[in-house]
Order: sequence, then structure tokens, then C-alpha cells
Amino acid sequence: MNAPAGSLLSADKLCKTYGPTVALDGAEFSIHPGEVVAVMGPSGSGKSTLLHCLAGIVTPDSGSITYNGREMATMNDAQRSELRRTEFGFVFQFGQLVPELTCVENVALPLRLTGTSRKEAEKTALTWMERLEVDDLRKKRPGEVSGGQGQRVAVARALVTSPRVLFADEPTGALDSLNGERVMELLTDAARSTNAAVVLVTHEARVAAWSDREIVVRDGKSRDMERAV
Amino acid sequence: MRQWVRDLAMGVRFAFAGGREGWVRVLLTAVGVGLGVALLLLTTAIPNAMSVRDQREAARQDMSYSATRLKKADDTLIVGYVTTTYHDKSVRGRELEPEGSKSPLPPGVSAFPAPGEMVVSPALKKLLDSADGKLLRERLPERVVGTIGESGLIGSAELAFYRGAEGLESKINGGNVDRIERFGTPSPPSDPLDPVLLLLILVVFAVLLTPVAVFIAAAVRFGGERRDRRLAALRLVGSDARMTRRVAAGEAMAGAVVGLVLGAGFFMIGRQIAGSVELFDYSFFPSYLNPSPLLALLVAVAVPAAAVLVTQFALRGVVIEPLGVVRTAKPSRRRLWWRLLLPVGGLAMLYPMIGQGRERGNFNQYLTVGGVMLLLVGVTALLPWIVEAVVSRLGAGPVAWQLAVRRLQLSSGTAARMVNGIAVAVAGAIALQMLFAGVDSQYTQRKSEPVSGSEMAVRVTDGSPIAAAEKKVAATRGVKHVYDISDGYLGDSRTDPQHFAPVSVGTCASLREVAKLPSCRDGDVFALKGDGYAYETADVVKSGKTLWFDDSDDDPTTKTVGWTVPKDITDAQPTEDSARIGRAGLLMTPAALPAGADRLLTTELYVRLDKAVADAREYVRTTATRLNPYEEPNELVSVSRNENYAAIRGGLFVGASCVLMLIGASLLVSQLEQLRERKKLLSSLIAFGTRRSTLSLSVLWQTAIPVGLGLVLAATVGLTLGVVLLKMTDTPVSVDWASVLQMTGAGAAVVLAVTLLSLPPLLRLMRPDGLRTE
Amino acid sequence: MSIGHTLLGLLESGPRHGYDLKRAFDEKFGHDRPLHYGQVYSTMSRLLKNGLVEVDGIEPGGGPERKRYAITEAGITDVQQWLATPEKPEPYLQSTLYTKVVLALLTHRNAADILDSQRSEHLRMMRILTDRKRKGDLADQLICDHALFHLEADLRWLELTAARLDKLAQVVAK
Repeated sequence: MNAPAGSLLSADKLCKTYGPTVALDGAEFSIHPGEVVAVMGPSGSGKSTLLHCLAGIVTPDSGSITYNGREMATMNDAQRSELRRTEFGFVFQFGQLVPELTCVENVALPLRLTGTSRKEAEKTALTWMERLEVDDLRKKRPGEVSGGQGQRVAVARALVTSPRVLFADEPTGALDSLNGERVMELLTDAARSTNAAVVLVTHEARVAAWSDREIVVRDGKSRDMERAV
Repeated sequence: MRQWVRDLAMGVRFAFAGGREGWVRVLLTAVGVGLGVALLLLTTAIPNAMSVRDQREAARQDMSYSATRLKKADDTLIVGYVTTTYHDKSVRGRELEPEGSKSPLPPGVSAFPAPGEMVVSPALKKLLDSADGKLLRERLPERVVGTIGESGLIGSAELAFYRGAEGLESKINGGNVDRIERFGTPSPPSDPLDPVLLLLILVVFAVLLTPVAVFIAAAVRFGGERRDRRLAALRLVGSDARMTRRVAAGEAMAGAVVGLVLGAGFFMIGRQIAGSVELFDYSFFPSYLNPSPLLALLVAVAVPAAAVLVTQFALRGVVIEPLGVVRTAKPSRRRLWWRLLLPVGGLAMLYPMIGQGRERGNFNQYLTVGGVMLLLVGVTALLPWIVEAVVSRLGAGPVAWQLAVRRLQLSSGTAARMVNGIAVAVAGAIALQMLFAGVDSQYTQRKSEPVSGSEMAVRVTDGSPIAAAEKKVAATRGVKHVYDISDGYLGDSRTDPQHFAPVSVGTCASLREVAKLPSCRDGDVFALKGDGYAYETADVVKSGKTLWFDDSDDDPTTKTVGWTVPKDITDAQPTEDSARIGRAGLLMTPAALPAGADRLLTTELYVRLDKAVADAREYVRTTATRLNPYEEPNELVSVSRNENYAAIRGGLFVGASCVLMLIGASLLVSQLEQLRERKKLLSSLIAFGTRRSTLSLSVLWQTAIPVGLGLVLAATVGLTLGVVLLKMTDTPVSVDWASVLQMTGAGAAVVLAVTLLSLPPLLRLMRPDGLRTE
Repeated sequence: MSIGHTLLGLLESGPRHGYDLKRAFDEKFGHDRPLHYGQVYSTMSRLLKNGLVEVDGIEPGGGPERKRYAITEAGITDVQQWLATPEKPEPYLQSTLYTKVVLALLTHRNAADILDSQRSEHLRMMRILTDRKRKGDLADQLICDHALFHLEADLRWLELTAARLDKLAQVVAK
């Protein structure tokens, strides 16, 4: 199967095993620019692995991933890292902010990695922190802010490079409903405003409800519900 | 009390229950404690060893100490002193001739060797049997019939022999050959250890002990985070704060107790090694090194107790709550003043002893050890302050740098603690090497080998023909040139002279060796100038005055001879040979010497060696022994002992490296622990595209910055301490930059090694698997 | 829930008497509410009329209870369609969904597909509610949230059931 027309990122027949565990077994995926796709499924179904493969963090055992017309398998680690630095953004459940750096330094970090000067990077970081309503935390360290605030800082960091794809792995997993709602609202608003595609891994329906479409992963196989119907 | 024991026991169980990691932690702690215990035991054993050595030395004393000469009897013994030197090592030798059935046996010898036989110390036996001892065997051809027991020796490496002799009675002179009726002195004159050597030993132990102590203090805090979680869990199930502390103390004690066992083992090994070590001609028998039981008991109790106390101290600012561990507040900014007190106090303790080495005065042991330790411990107090002060001023830089600096800013104390041990070890080692280098050069003046001149002087037995002796020496292998000079003194009075002028007699050819002569004919007299030992030459040598040859033996049978100072005494300048031995005074050709005066002179043969012959000295000594076994040839130039110092430096380097390696291992353990705790973070940083090299570099910076600061501080303190110690021994201060570089290099190498070794796990942790939660 | 579709589904595994049908229904789905016999009779006549079942044979003795029913091709298609159509997301769906899942397992259809399409339908509704919430005022948000939480509960049940399909298949096969 070729990449579906107009898709930004797509995957076909992905297989990945970790030792005896089969994480992916012929999974498929595709996403268009500006689209929010929820990846759902029970624990251990392989949805996180699918995200890791799509983001070029993990190399699948077989199958192909195409981003923007380029086959991911042909890229080496440095190229994939660069892709992640420049084109992708990431939000995880927890443990992602560097505890020693202040919030604004954390948000600026991806820009610094791409070589932007410190001043410039922190300036851009601050505008994103304003959009996510956490600009008052800039001097604080991650240990001093609440979970919801930390997660919004993380979203700001994920978006600071204006990525074309935002990967969010259980972004509200450690938050209560209200904070989760807020993070999702800010995240999807921000993504839509920059026309970024969002791959949203979650097991929560209320989080998935913020998506345009969902894909279900079960036993390493994926089902695109829209195309199935 | 029961509760206490139960809590401590629980802690001990926890210490071993931590799986492989727990074991490694206990083992590292135990090795550190073990080293400390072994060092402490060795230290406590040294006074005992010294006194045993003194007793042995006194017990074999064979000086008569008597003004009147003993008469031959059934219980007398004639002893001849035939000590010789072989390859810069003294070989204690005695000839024994028993004069009756009750003649006393020297300690450690069961029967008198017959003439042509000898008993030797084990070390000498080994040397004689080896290829190295071939030349010595030529000098000591007697049949070896037994070995000297430990009771007759003062060190395992001592070279000594007793050989049988006959016809010694005629040689008795109250000096080299003497009659005695017993060995040993009733009241042994204690021969105190050279204070400088004692200082060396004290400093060695202080320098080795301090980093080990610092290491132990750090080791009991190993696995802090994990322990915190465990303790919090204990609180959750209902143990109170004090119980929890005791459990923590129990964990620390486990390592200390295992360390005690290891320490006893290390001590036994160290004791054996000590038996094979020889330092500045000192060696010990392992059996000398017995710590006094009281001190040993003290060590056994104090070390685990110290471990418990250190833990309690470390936990003082920590509140263990059921839901985690809270470090009380933010640590206030570190203050400098009390940290400076330690090293300044150390210097203050050492300062009063500056220059004492000159008068061979004793160094106060407590002040010395205290001062050295305070200075070194000062490093551990200053380092956290310096790291904090420097790190807080570090700013912008690449991402790797920023990550490292920010982390250090947040926890500079931890970083400093990890480096403390290395800094102390390096500082101590630098000071010690400086002291060794300085003292060594003092003990063996390291003049460069002379390009010309004589190296040895062989004494010709009084009354024996000089020419025959000179011929024999000249024929010896490795001898290039020989000349003879006879020396004596001219006094200003016949009976009770008060002022003297030295006089040297030789042929014109011989005199030209000792002075630059414009011309010379037999019968000439010269005045040798220069800065030699001229005594009162200027006062007594007045033209026309009669001077008297001094009779050094005070033998009433010899008659003194007078000599009138002639008018024309030509001034002469000394040659290198004269300058070297400080010859000055009058020079006479044989014809100028009044008749009968030759009996009042002693003659020495001055030998120039062929430098191409490696063992020329040994050949000369052998010849000299054959000519006169009771008098050793003089060395005119001291031999450099570079080799010996290199060995000590090597040994010290190995010792310091071992300590550094131990510290490095603990650094690695805590480094890995820290990395594992950051697994999630590392994976997510990788996910958003951080280069692995950036993260690796930040780990390197994170250790390199505090270690770099630590090494700078260590070098400063080490050099200061070295200078102070050298001043104490009154040794010219010279900095051995090579060893400074070597030690700081070793410290840096440890850090590099730790970083390199933590890279594979780091790279593994950075694999995206770290992101998997399910 | 549709008793007709359920009975049809039960017939798919083979022809049965009316009495057998009632017993099978009660055993699998009746729980505390057994089917009244008359309901079976009237339902079957309606299905007969619509051509979804046919009479396979009559036991001697007469009476409707003696008739043996078999499903027709049209009947199979009808069951298929019913199973494939997700229920309209609304509270208290579980009994219908449960019946569908069990029937799918009984007739060796893919029960997971049913659950997935139902989830999809629920999510579609939730998306609409979320969208309304995003654009609406506080009252809208509260109303929508109530619905969302209920739908989420359904979805959680769907997830749970999906995870337990293998176990359920074993029980049903007994």
C-alpha cells in the first residue's frame, strides 16, 4: 500500500517485537496536516510503540514509514534525530522536563538544540508559554509547579519549534479531569492554529474526543475506524 | 535497648537485601572501611615495632663501654668489626673469636662459627646465593654454616654475618677489634627513630588515612535516593523517625562490620608486605607489627561506631516522612569563614615545628598528624564552597554545558562530595611526594657524578708497607689511577696542643693531585688555601715557629716529632679532590718531613675509578677488605640513589592510585545510580531530538567541572603542605612538578575513566525503550 | 433490545423448537427476566411472515410449540445487518450490546468488530459534545460533560469487554 494521498505521515505493515513480546503486528497509520488522530487501545496493545515508530524513536522490524514523501528507513539516526528536533514535537505523560532547568529554559531547549541563540530561544519560548498561560512560571523549576502547569509547560516546549507533527503520549495521564481538559483544549487549539498534525495516544475516551478521528490498536494490529465504516 | 538492636539488625538486613547493587555497595563500603582499619592497625603497631627494634639492637650491642681493657678469661670473646658495604647497602659484619667455653653467643646465633665459616642473616644468604651477590661472595668466601635468627636482627632485610676468626688478640685496639664479656647493654641507650623518618611515616599514614576516612563518610551515603524511598516506606508502615534513623544507621554499620573483617585481613597482608619493604635502610619483621590489644579493640569498636555516627550526622538535615524524604529547607548559602578555619588551623599546628629538622629535634606527633589531617580535611570543607561559588557564576554556553551547570547549581554539594575523596588523596600524595623527594635528596646528597677526581679512599693499615698496598689496589679491576697521601696534624705544643694545622704528605706527583702547584721538588712545603678545614693554620704556621706532630693514639710509647716552619711556603690552590673532602693546611713532600714523623700519619690511597667498569667500587672494596677487613674504604662522592627514590615514588603512586581507584569505583556506582533515576528524562530528551553526544558531554562536564576545581584545590593544598613539611625538615624547597602533574593526571584519569565507563549504560538508558511504560 | 434479532441469531447455529429457543434465550440473556412463552410464539410468527425463518418440521402432537424453526438466507442477512449497525450512543445500552456480543460469538462472527464500531459511534457522539462544549457557555459545558461521562462509562465497558472477549467466548461456547 502506498501512502494515502495527501497524508503527511503514514505507516504500512509495521512489525516490531521486543524479545518475546509482539508490540506491533502489521499496524497501519496515516495522518494529514492539521489533523488530530487519536490512537486508542488497551494497555500493552502497542499504541505507544506505534507512536515511537512513527516519530522515528524506534526502528520497526519491518514495514515502512513515510514522512512528507521520505521513507524513514532510509534515514540514519542523526537524520531522524534532526527530524525530531525540527519537524516533530513531543509531550509525554511525565518525567520529561529537566528538573535543573527553569521552565522557560526547558521550553527553549528544543530551539537551543537546533542552534538558536539563548536569548532568541527564550524569547520564542515565552510567547508559547503565554499562549499556554504559564508565562508566570518562567523562573520556576519544574519541581515547583503543579502537574497541570508542568504539562502545559511541556506542551509549550513541544510546540516551540512550530513542529509539523506533535506526538502526545498520554499527555493527561497524570492529571485530574479538569486539568486534563484544559491541557487538551490548549493543545488542540495551539496545534490547529499552526496546522500541526497531532498523534494523540490515549486510552481515555474523553481525551480521544478531542481528536478528529481515531485509530484502534489491538494486539499490535491497527484499525482505522473511519476507513472501516 | 532491645529496640535499638532490633532496628540496627533490620538495617543490616536491608543492606544485604538490595540485590547485586546492594552487595556492590556494601562491598565498596567494606573495602574502604577495611583499608582504613588496616591503616589504623598498622599505625598503632608502629610504636611497638620501633621499640622491639630498639630492644633487638640493644641486645646485640657489642661495645665494651669500658675504659679499662678486659683481661682474657673463660667468658670473654674478641669481636672484630668487619662491616662492609655492597651496592650502597651496609652489611653488618663481625668476626668472633671465643676465648673460653663460656664465651657469650650473640643473639640469634646458636654456635660459634669456626674460622673459615660464617652464619648469615636470611637476607644476606639470599643475596649471596643470587647472581647479584657474586661479587660479595668473593669478598666473603667463608662457608655459610647457618643463619642468624630473628632475635639477632633488627629487620627482615638486614644484611649481617658473624664469622669465625683466630689470632684477633694481637689486633685488639679498643676500636675495631675489642674484647667483650657479654652482648647487650644493661641500660639500652634508646636510639630514637630519626625524627624526619618518623615524620615521614606519620605523614604517610595521615595522607593515606584521610582520603579513606573521607571515602567512608561518602560511602555510608551510597544509594541515598533508594535508601530514602526505603526509609519512607518504613515510615509509612508505622516506624517512628528515630527508629528509621537507627535502621539507616544499621545499614551503614553492615558495611563497617564487613569492613572490619576485611581490615583485619588487609592488615595481615600488609604486615607480610611490610616485612619485605625496606625504606631508607629500615626494615621490619612482620612479627614486630603487633598492635597493642587495647588500641586494636578501640579500632574495632570505633570504626562501626563512627559509621553509625556519620550516618546520623548525614541524616541530621533530613526529615523522613511516610511519603518521601524532605531535605530541610534550602541549604543556606555556604559560608567561607569556618571552612577556612580548618586548613588555617592545620597550618597553625604545623607552623611552630618549622625548622626543627635542623636540630634533629623531635616533631610533636599529635601536632604533626593533627596538622596534616586538618589541612587535608580542609580540602573537603573548602571544596563544596568553591564548587558552589564557581558554579553559580558559570553561565551561558552550549546546551550540554547548560545542562551540566544547572544540575551542579542545584546540587553542588553532591558533586563536591563525590570529588572530595579524590581531591584529598591527590593533595596528600603531592605533599608526600614533595617530602620524599626533598628528604631523599637530603639523605643522599644528589651531586652529579664528578667528571674527574678520586671516588674512593682506602685506608692503609698503620705500619704496613704503603707501596705494596698501593700496588694491589692499582691492580684491582676498575681502578684507573691510585695515589697516596698521608695525613696528620701539627700542634702548637709538644704536650697539650690547643691549636692545630692539618698536614698532608705526598710525593710531588701525589701532591699535584690535591693542589695546583706552580712547581714542585722534593723538600718543598706548600700552604693549601681554599675553604677547606684549615683549623688554626693561619695562627700556628708562622715562619720559624716549631710545631709538633700530634699523636692521635695517645700512646705513651710513641714519641712526638717537632718541625720548624720554614720561610718559603708557597701558596697553592686546591684541586677538585681537595675541595671535595675539605682538605686544607700544609702540604709536604717526603723530604720535608722530619724523620720518625711518618709513624704519626695515617695513609690513604686515593682511587680514581674507571667509569666503564660498572662494579668498580665493589672490586675496590674487596681488595680493601683483603688489605684491612676492619676498616672500610671511604666514599669521597656520595652515590646518587635515584633508583631507590624512583621505587618509593612508584610505590606511593601505586598506593595513591589504589585509593583513587576505590574512590573511582564508588563514583561510578553513584553516577550509575543517578543516571538510572533519570532514565525517563533521558529517553524523553532523546525523543525530541537531543544528540546523544550532547547528553554524554553534559555528563562529562558534570563530573569534569567539580573534579577540575577539586584538582586545582588539591594541587594548591598539596603544594602548601609539601612546602610546610619540607620547611619542617629544613630541606630546601623544590617542587616536583612531574609528580604534581602525575598525581593530578591520575585524578583526572579516574574521572575520565568513570565517565567512559558510565557511557555504555548511559547510551543504553538513552535508548527509546526507556519510554516504554507498559 | 430486539428479541426478534436475538432469536434469529440463536437459530443461526441450527434449527430449533420454539421451546428450545426460549430455553436458550433464558439461559444466555434472560438472567432475572425469563422470556414469556407467548413472546416467542408471536415473534416467530412475525419472523415467519417476513420470511426470515421457515418451519423446518412439525413434531406430531400439534400446537405451535411443536414447530421446528430454521433461519433463512434473508434471516442471516438481517442478523448480520443488525449486528453491524452500532447502537445509538445512549445510557444503559449494555444489555443490547451484551446480547450482540454474545450472539456474535455464538455465530462465530467477529465480536471485536462490533465493539470497535460501537466505540467509534460513541466517539463520534463524544466529539460532537466536545465541540459543543468548546464553543458553548458554562451551562453547555456542564450538560455536555454529563453526557460525556456517561458515554465514557459505556466506552470503558466496551474496552473491558473487548479485553475479556476470549474468556466470554469460552463461557458462551459451553
